[in-house]
Amino acid sequence: MATAVAHEAPATRSVLWSWITTTDHKRIGILYGVTAFAFFLLGGLEALVIRLQLARSENDLVSADMFNQLFTMHGTTMVFLAIMPLSAAFFNYIVPLQIGARDVAFPRLNAFSYWVFLFGGLILNSSFIAGPLFGAGSLSVAPNAGWFGYANLTSRAYSPGANIDFWVLGLQILGVASLAAGFNFIVTIVNLRAPGMRLMRLPVFTWMTLVTQFIVVTAFPVITIALVFLMFDRFFGTNFYSVSAGGDLLLWQHLFWLFGHPEVYILILPAMGIVSEVLPTFSRKPLFGYAVVVYSGLLIGVMGWGVWSHHMFSVGLGPIPDSVFAATTMLIAIPTGVKIFNWLATMWGGQLRFTTAMLFAVGFIAMFIIGGLSGVMHAAPPADLQQTDTYFVVGHIHYVLFGGAIQGIFAGIYYWWPKVTGRLMNERLGRVHFTLSFIGMNLAFFPMHFIGLLGMPRRVYTYGPELGLDTLNLVSTVGALLIGVSVLVFLVNAWRTRRHGDIAGNDPWGAATLEWTIPSPPPAYNFTVIPEVVSRLPRWSRTQMKAIPDVPPEPVHVPGGSYWPIVAAAGLAGMAVGALFHTLWVVLAAAAVLVVAIYAWAFEPFEV
Amino acid sequence: MALLRGQTQTALALGALMMWVVGCQGPFPQSTLAPTADFGAHIDDLFRWIFWFAVAVFVVVEALLVYVLIRYRARPGAPEPERVHGNTLLEIGWTMVPAIILILIAAPTIQTIFRTDGTPAEGALEVDVIGHQWWWEYRYPEFGITTANELHVQQGRQVSLRLTSQDVIHSFWAPRLGGKRDVIAGRTNRLAFTPDSVGVFLGQCAEFCGESHAKMGLRVMVDAPEDFAAWVERERSAPAPAESLSALARQGLEAFRLVREPASNSCIACHAVQAVSFGVLGPNLSHVGGRTTVGAAALPNTPAGLAQWLRDPVAVKPGSKMPRIGLTEDEITALVAYLQGLR
Amino acid sequence: MTHAPAHAHATSTGLDNKKLAFWTFIGSECLLFGSLISTYLIYKGRSVRGPTPQEILNIPLTSVSTFDLLMSSLAMVLALAAVTRGDRLWARVWLGTTALLGALFLGFQAYEFTAFVHEGLTITTNLFGSTFFTLTGFHGGHVFVGVVWLLTLLVRSFQGKLGPDKTINVEIAGLYWHFVDVVWIVIFTVVYLIQ
Repeated sequence: MATAVAHEAPATRSVLWSWITTTDHKRIGILYGVTAFAFFLLGGLEALVIRLQLARSENDLVSADMFNQLFTMHGTTMVFLAIMPLSAAFFNYIVPLQIGARDVAFPRLNAFSYWVFLFGGLILNSSFIAGPLFGAGSLSVAPNAGWFGYANLTSRAYSPGANIDFWVLGLQILGVASLAAGFNFIVTIVNLRAPGMRLMRLPVFTWMTLVTQFIVVTAFPVITIALVFLMFDRFFGTNFYSVSAGGDLLLWQHLFWLFGHPEVYILILPAMGIVSEVLPTFSRKPLFGYAVVVYSGLLIGVMGWGVWSHHMFSVGLGPIPDSVFAATTMLIAIPTGVKIFNWLATMWGGQLRFTTAMLFAVGFIAMFIIGGLSGVMHAAPPADLQQTDTYFVVGHIHYVLFGGAIQGIFAGIYYWWPKVTGRLMNERLGRVHFTLSFIGMNLAFFPMHFIGLLGMPRRVYTYGPELGLDTLNLVSTVGALLIGVSVLVFLVNAWRTRRHGDIAGNDPWGAATLEWTIPSPPPAYNFTVIPEVVSRLPRWSRTQMKAIPDVPPEPVHVPGGSYWPIVAAAGLAGMAVGALFHTLWVVLAAAAVLVVAIYAWAFEPFEV
Repeated sequence: MALLRGQTQTALALGALMMWVVGCQGPFPQSTLAPTADFGAHIDDLFRWIFWFAVAVFVVVEALLVYVLIRYRARPGAPEPERVHGNTLLEIGWTMVPAIILILIAAPTIQTIFRTDGTPAEGALEVDVIGHQWWWEYRYPEFGITTANELHVQQGRQVSLRLTSQDVIHSFWAPRLGGKRDVIAGRTNRLAFTPDSVGVFLGQCAEFCGESHAKMGLRVMVDAPEDFAAWVERERSAPAPAESLSALARQGLEAFRLVREPASNSCIACHAVQAVSFGVLGPNLSHVGGRTTVGAAALPNTPAGLAQWLRDPVAVKPGSKMPRIGLTEDEITALVAYLQGLR
Repeated sequence: MTHAPAHAHATSTGLDNKKLAFWTFIGSECLLFGSLISTYLIYKGRSVRGPTPQEILNIPLTSVSTFDLLMSSLAMVLALAAVTRGDRLWARVWLGTTALLGALFLGFQAYEFTAFVHEGLTITTNLFGSTFFTLTGFHGGHVFVGVVWLLTLLVRSFQGKLGPDKTINVEIAGLYWHFVDVVWIVIFTVVYLIQ
């Protein structure tokens, strides 16, 4: 069932089946986007409960254990199930269009990545209701040792329940999804560019995607091993994180942060790429310092490997390692700052149109500066000894991740929504969303800097009234609620657009890059003919590229779907479930399913 | 335009709110901004140095942003903007200026790192700090004292802490005295400070360590030299003999020594009181009457507070290793009398 | 309706997509094994109890198995050459030989693991046991996958589906096999030779 002709509708397959077996990057992008947004809402709910509990001292809205589960799942969900896959939604949908390709290099592997992500996220979140299956005293056995799961709190001795098992296995599954996508997109961007699309003509979003994927394929193996060690300790009694056997608890921290710091660049670079697309379009000016912006992204990706122990300034590494990591951490502020100045210079002298996408892009700059500056404060180990593990850091991370990554992602959503759906979102509602969100985030996260400096640690389910921090915490909670309202406005906007949005046409914004040359939404084959690119800004360049015809001159081959990706993903997920229940036969049966699926996939006649 | 004005107003309002809260609210007993020891003071100096650079960069860059947003907003009928692709001089400029600022920040940073690395001077008061879920054990080798949760130190004399953990990773943090240091099994970390003001300084664990992480508080009592010497004397002295206790306290002593079913419900299974019991799983209670809090700052050490703790420690600190023993109210009253007499 | 077969798509670099993907995968695997080997090195000499590497590792025997794996890489090279020139017989001989030598390596490893368990070293005994068995076990798992892959190619050859147009598949299998061999050289050096 592998081949089909583009303009014939598939036979009697149901719509559901066509989505389950899809290998079309655009559909997979939509799947990623919808699923990730659902997880984003879930993570947001978790945040709201956290903030409601902390709205006043000695509150008892939730128990200590529930709170610990909530902040663990909030962090894990937002990092792995929201921001990363929301970025992946854009990688999937937009990158092939930006490079003039018909799809990614390995469409079935692409589908596999999505299904593994979905199953991994479901497994992780099923822990909220899996308690009875594990003889726990409560309904929920969600992971509860933080998103960073420090040894030896995560050992079987100190976390005897199934909570951490869910965490380890869920993350390992998600890691497979990310790695597979990493290989796929590297090959896609390097090898599937249209003729004339030289590397230094790539849109910045595609460049940042490329850098991000290199970080993924190098960083994820490290956390894989860290988790393997933890899993082996918990399941088989090995000694990797056992102090009594001579093990070093810092091994976990080094391995985790060797992954964890590059991970934050995985989270931010795509959003920076989006901003680098949106700003020029709505300034009607090309990006200032394109090459510098690209190189600074590359530099950040590389230098990001040299800073990991700045997460460990309080563990007592010694003054020399502390000094080295302080220096490397401060250094990495330079390429980041350079990007910001280039963005400002892009807008300088332009004709700025404040569409919602533009508002979010500008919002990104405004908020990321704050997050970056608090980051520089952390870079000084002595100062960090007061700031680390307090709400000051929580403020920092939310300025860069919400003020930065999420705002960047919303900019991308508003920008590319017309391309994906063929309709424009409502600008008035968009402005309401932005305004509420902007006010909400500053109310929620700015006080956190003070809360931290005034002595409140993080990851605490309650705090005493004697700390004097009730008012600030309440303000923060109000801000969080406002953010929640702003997201509701967005959802209303998204829903209304289906019927009432203005028709977009190929290029509603007057943008420069290839994706705007084709219809909205694009046909299955994307381009009627593969374009021949002659400049970096195909639609703005004075040298016009050859016009792309409206209909394909000859039938375009479009691969049909395949069900082996979802079957393989199910096999992988089954192995995790079997491991969770410590039942070998389930693991082996699921492994057999996986192996069969791999073989069938390999020998299936599937032509790209 | 209206949106921008609204946002600027929000920013100013927020800033004013923050100033009001910090300036007019309080006191903030765990503040990092009012140091009372050299460690905290060195950090505070460095932080303020960095802070003002950060404020300057913030003001300049955000002002530039706001200016650009207003000055270059699209006007109908305006010509197409000029296509500027870059400017090497600018790129060099805005790379060098941040680099210079960072060097200005890095130099005092590295100085302060070495100055605060925890190496003690001669004559420092050595204390071994051992972290447990969820309380702090302190041992003073100089005096042969073992106590818990409330760290007494002497004003003007350097304190040298050697930190390790009995179980998971914790972090010792008394913000007004200085920064935190993690407490890690299999590892001994160092922290040193010289307190300059008499007082009681609040702190708490700052590394997530399980269910009651939020309740692992601590107190640092900086005593004037003569008060510190008196405290040492009291800690080293044996408890009053049983005959000198009141009837109620003697009942409390009996309740303390009682071997219960299961044996792990017995006080003596976990707690040590000089000449009475030798348990090591829980805090040493030889002089618990002299402490201001119980349960690692979970409750005040008053008759009511101590009674609440004895009645149900798990309700006060979820996951507490000290079980709900099911003591009768009479037992509790007697125990309170006994324990509060251990000064 | 006509459609262009996959391999006719030109790539921007001229490199086959699958080959490029595989090199990326190998880069990723370098970090995987790098983390395992680093952990082994960090924990070297820190075991609180024995057995120690000096007591238990059998260098002469492992040298033989190392040689066996090296020879298997040679067989792989010859297999690729045979497939490229369309020599069906020798393609099958050399693919089979490679798989056989790989299986032999696994046999040596199974023997070694069993002997260690009898001598009191399991994966839970001490730090050495945990790091040794995990590192060499992961490597052995990779060899196993490789052997299965090679046998699959062998079967395809017997089905007449491994002609010169499928050279790229054998080339990629060869890349994998050589990588696994190189990792073993590092492990052998770090674990067995340098003590």
